[in-house]
Amino acid sequence: MRRTIRFLRKGETVEVEQFAPRTTLLDWLRLSERSTGTKEGCGEGDCGACTVVLRRLVDGRLVPAPVNACILLLGQVDGSEVLTVEDLAAEGRLHPVQQAMVEHHGSQCGFCTPGIVMSLFALYEAGMAPDRQEVTDALAGNLCRCTGYRPIVDAAFDALARREEDPFVARRQQVAGKLAALADEADVFVGSDQSFFAAPASIEALAQLCLAHPDATLVAGATDVGLWITKALAELPKVIWLGRVAGLDAVAEDGETVTLGATVPLSRARDVLAGLDPDLGELMRRFGSRQVRASGTVGGNVANGSPIGDLAPALIALGATLHLRRGAERRSLPLEDFFLDYRKQDRRPGEFVTAVTLRKPAGRHFRAFKVSKRFDEDISAVMGAFCLDIADGTVREARIAYGGMAGIPKRARAAEAALAGATLADGAAMERAVTALAGDFSPLSDHRASAGYRRRVAGNLLRKALTEIATGDDAATRLIGHREIRHAAE
Amino acid sequence: MRQSEGTENLTSRGATPRPSMRDASSRPPATTGGAAVAPVAGDDGTTLRYVHRPLPHDSGVRHVSGTALYIDDIREPEGTLHVALGLSPVARGRLRGLDLAAVRAAPGVVAVLTAADVPGRNDISPANGDEPVFAEQEVLFHGQPVFAVVATTRDAARRAARLATFDIEEEPPSITVEDALARGETVLPDYTFGRGDVEAALSAAPHRLEGVLRIGGQEHFYLEGQAALAVPGEEGDILVHSSTQHPSEVQHIVARVLGIPDAFVTCEVRRMGGGFGGKETQATQWAVIAALAARATGRPCKLRLDRDDDMVVTGKRHDMRADWRVGFDGDGRILGYDIVFNARCGCSADLSQGVVDRTMFHADNAYFLPAARIASRRLKTNTVSNTAFRGFGGPQGMLAVERVMDEIAARLGRDPLDVRKANFYAPGRDETPYGQTVEDTDVLAALVAQLEADCDYRARRRAVTAFNARSRVLKKGLALTPVKFGISFTLTHLNQAGALVHVYQDGSIHLNHGGTEMGQGLFIKVAQVVAEEFGVGIECVRITATTTAKVPNTSPTAASSGSDLNGMAARIAAATIRQRLVEFLCETYDVAEGEVTFRDDRVFFGNESLAFADLVKKAYQARIPLSATGFYRTPAIHWDRAAGRGRPFFYFAYGAACAEVTIDTLTGEYRLDRVDILHDAGRSLNPAIDIGQIEGGFVQGMGWLTTEELVFDAKGRLATHAPSTYKIPVASDVPQDFRVRLFTSANRQPTIYRSKAVGEPPLMLANAVFCAIADAVRAARGDGLAPLDAPATPEAVLRAIVGAL
Ligand SMILES: Cc1cc2nc3c(=O)[nH]c(=O)nc-3n(C[C@H](O)[C@H](O)[C@H](O)COP(=O)(O)OP(=O)(O)OC[C@H]3O[C@@H](n4cnc5c(N)ncnc54)[C@H](O)[C@@H]3O)c2cc1C
Ligand code: FES
Ligand code: FES
Repeated sequence: MRRTIRFLRKGETVEVEQFAPRTTLLDWLRLSERSTGTKEGCGEGDCGACTVVLRRLVDGRLVPAPVNACILLLGQVDGSEVLTVEDLAAEGRLHPVQQAMVEHHGSQCGFCTPGIVMSLFALYEAGMAPDRQEVTDALAGNLCRCTGYRPIVDAAFDALARREEDPFVARRQQVAGKLAALADEADVFVGSDQSFFAAPASIEALAQLCLAHPDATLVAGATDVGLWITKALAELPKVIWLGRVAGLDAVAEDGETVTLGATVPLSRARDVLAGLDPDLGELMRRFGSRQVRASGTVGGNVANGSPIGDLAPALIALGATLHLRRGAERRSLPLEDFFLDYRKQDRRPGEFVTAVTLRKPAGRHFRAFKVSKRFDEDISAVMGAFCLDIADGTVREARIAYGGMAGIPKRARAAEAALAGATLADGAAMERAVTALAGDFSPLSDHRASAGYRRRVAGNLLRKALTEIATGDDAATRLIGHREIRHAAE
Repeated sequence: MRQSEGTENLTSRGATPRPSMRDASSRPPATTGGAAVAPVAGDDGTTLRYVHRPLPHDSGVRHVSGTALYIDDIREPEGTLHVALGLSPVARGRLRGLDLAAVRAAPGVVAVLTAADVPGRNDISPANGDEPVFAEQEVLFHGQPVFAVVATTRDAARRAARLATFDIEEEPPSITVEDALARGETVLPDYTFGRGDVEAALSAAPHRLEGVLRIGGQEHFYLEGQAALAVPGEEGDILVHSSTQHPSEVQHIVARVLGIPDAFVTCEVRRMGGGFGGKETQATQWAVIAALAARATGRPCKLRLDRDDDMVVTGKRHDMRADWRVGFDGDGRILGYDIVFNARCGCSADLSQGVVDRTMFHADNAYFLPAARIASRRLKTNTVSNTAFRGFGGPQGMLAVERVMDEIAARLGRDPLDVRKANFYAPGRDETPYGQTVEDTDVLAALVAQLEADCDYRARRRAVTAFNARSRVLKKGLALTPVKFGISFTLTHLNQAGALVHVYQDGSIHLNHGGTEMGQGLFIKVAQVVAEEFGVGIECVRITATTTAKVPNTSPTAASSGSDLNGMAARIAAATIRQRLVEFLCETYDVAEGEVTFRDDRVFFGNESLAFADLVKKAYQARIPLSATGFYRTPAIHWDRAAGRGRPFFYFAYGAACAEVTIDTLTGEYRLDRVDILHDAGRSLNPAIDIGQIEGGFVQGMGWLTTEELVFDAKGRLATHAPSTYKIPVASDVPQDFRVRLFTSANRQPTIYRSKAVGEPPLMLANAVFCAIADAVRAARGDGLAPLDAPATPEAVLRAIVGAL
């Protein structure tokens, strides 16, 4: 048992033994370390002004990840190197991404700039080639109100194309060595039984801890939980972080299925899912931002039971099974059955999600569409996922699920039934299915969309999916996310 | 003294004081040319070396290294306390009681402040006396500050602030324009100007149309939220660091609320992390509360608003309902125009007089209106008080008339660009409805002609039509719209500025003026002007924080006026010192004034030269004063509001944009395919900075008209109070094909180096995006122009396509 958290900062190991479990990394940096280069623009993961880069050892490789320090718990940096904007210039020289930002007039008020620099640094460190989609994706989680982004994108292109030598390359080996020395298999427990930050290292230890403290808050990526702290001012005296649990982030694949462990980060899930179907790749590209995907997890996105979460409808359409564990007890259930009612899931105290297994769409026709006010880094007004098993032009089985249309992510069973047995050429059957949606859903009006909009768009997405499947073409039906475009690994 | 010494001193001291950054900062950026630049000719034939150049932002290196300090980054003095606000949970009602016992008892709480703790006047309004620091008896909007908590940490203060119990007798609030119209409540009297017999013109016109356009508000979303740090001094003195565009107003209102003379209060700001108008009047309240807390506790106090609170408690761009009628001839030429702007001002007047006046001044945009009645109502609602926002009301007036142009074109079946051109101001058709003559009607005509050719408008119009004929789900739209924007504060007395320049004995120069830096590049532009005056490198000019202690009684940095006013004032200050140096030189070396030139960090006279620093040292020893103030007031402007006539603007800035969009008729989503912009910055003081203003302004305007939607619920609560629900543009929203160029023409008015103001006008270039979306909707419907309100969210677009949802 380790009673501290440890991480690497400016080449030195930092060990913290006393901190409120809810302390965020941003507060630690700004208030304790007194490094004020990293900014708070929103405190909720949306603006990216607080972006810092964590480098972790993954399979012996040093992997950089941009994260939102404002909603990351301090404890979550255990075992990582924390890099902030102050760390980039070395030996009296700006880092190439900083230099390019200055040369291209990429800052005006400068408040977004530290975060933008860190996002670009992560891209640079990951060895990305200059590509517009990659650059705008890397910036999707960084708001700039001044520049209009053009000079920032130009700066990114320039820096990525020039690839000057920078001291980070030389220091990689050294950092990897130091992180390897930090890695241990100890359970971490900082605090007392009344207030603690715990990070068990094994599933067994996690299961026990959850039984002992059913009132503790499970934290995976904290991209939801972080906001309870910064906005709802939740106390969160007991935090169990899943990030150290060995094996919980496993990805397993066989001929028919893929199993994603609960703590598989959304960035990794993006890569896996993109390999199954381009629409899954596009959905994940538009899921939050690179920062959110680097922290957020598959398990967290499913377990939070959000009616507007993006993974659940896609997974439900793919026929996913959810795996849970409580103590020594394990059970599995169809994902759609996990969602009982608005924010109410079939999860008992002390129980946690271990993984989700989905059926590969190969051989079936899959489509997913996310509709929001803004394409990138926005929450869906409506999200529709469609998986059709078609033989000889006839629909054998249709699995259709929507987000944003009910208090939970939900299957469109009436529409599915209307399509079963129909031929793709049968326009009347398509319209029957669209009409049937009215029986499946009675959506609400809110600030994202009115009920009327949601209803009409849900029907139109079904039309769009069926048209595309029938014609095998999407050039005439899509503005973005065309299926032939492949995404680079994240 | 050897002549080279002075120069050496300058380079080593003038550079940024962080030695580790020196290499980086002195590497000449590829696009800026660095020190060894070729001179350019000024408009009077002089040789210019520092102005008209694309120098990088003075803080660029500091921005990218995280060393630029904003209010929250200033190292807190020992014992600093933190302030959080208690906000009204209802939008309208009588405050009967407020139980703060739990707040006071919360851990870390040092003091709790309410209206009862205000020693001076409980009023932070800029002019009208209608805005309390803390609500007293009446609650005016949901989220109105009612009390403040001062605690040892920000976290403790925020937690304690949520423990209050309010006793408020609730009344039904006015939220919408219609609510306010029904109640007949306004914050200021109605106001109308115009000319001619509009009714007669309308009834005589061969064609008539009328309509209603709803135009949404806009949240500033400056990345740095509102923040202030107040540090008490001796005997009631107080220093307030405030993220404000208007330090003088903060100073004056802090003094008013504390009940002390202005001279006791100093307000300072080095830079803001964005302002956009949102920190013109609305930074004041937070500075005042920090000052009150400092006064009450005797300790430094900081107030930094949480983002969600910031969005709830600070005003926005005015949303409006524009009710219009137009009469026109067969060519689409307007004969009569009648428009009423029903502006939702929120709970107090704030700047609504000037804002809505500017809406009216821009109801014509670039078009001659032979007969016009331009009316406005300043409606009072139980929502946060709306305020300045880049464009200051102008965008709303212009969007309405652009919509009218599209309606006329749709009715006549003509290309909207032809209708627009037919209505342009032209010789003989050059008087605005408020009596100012547009003296340079040729500029916009030439600019639009050039853009039309450069962007291949006609061929693309044909291509768009062809695309729409064959595409069922996706439809394209195209629009080219002009911008004519009046430059000057319409409150004439604000058109003044002061500057203070010191030259020290080593030749380094201290520059200060009343303008504030919020990212717009004002400081580097003014520094360029001063460097030009002294012929020294830009690194010799030390730019310093704006403070009311150095330049008093300043105007807000607003109305795009920053470099026009402060550039002139600084030039005058620098010229005063320069002239003293010239006279000293002429006397000492017996040369004529005409023989003296300042350049390359030296002074040349006759066949000799001196390092600037050496000259300065000699002048000091000869007891020549090396400090001067400069003062500038804009000439020629006057405005008679009662008569609705005058020349409120010194000049107009012009621009035009062409936008092409594709919409998805199944979802209402859209993509911006290409944008071409040609913008008139006069003879730009700094083309790189100006391009940045144009691009940034355009993208901000695009957000206003597309994805940025403010939603208030029936109880007056702002539902979109965070970036998770209020969506400003991100990088991928900016078109890959984005062509922005400066239109090169000198300002015909004698502005600083014949440049033009560029802060606000480009925002309205985004009208092209809205009109292009409307054009695509028209193509989707095939039956003319459908009603489309701003912002054109995907939902609004789908509604326009299908009618009702
Ligand atoms: C800026 C931003 C953008 C976003 N965009 C999107 C988006 O586009 N689409 C979308 O769907 N979501 C989006 N989200 C929401 C969020 O990122 C996801 O819901 C995320 O997947 C949550 O994962 P996490 O690991 O961070 O969960 P956490 O915040 O750690 O936890 C979320 C909840 O799940 C519980 N939990 C976590 N893991 C487990 C487990 N293994 N077993 C049981 N309970 C568990 C936690 O106790 C908590 O209640 C966004 C969030 C932000 C801040
Ligand atoms: S502060 Fe905005 S994302 Fe963290
Ligand atoms: S430079 Fe101001 S927000 Fe980006």
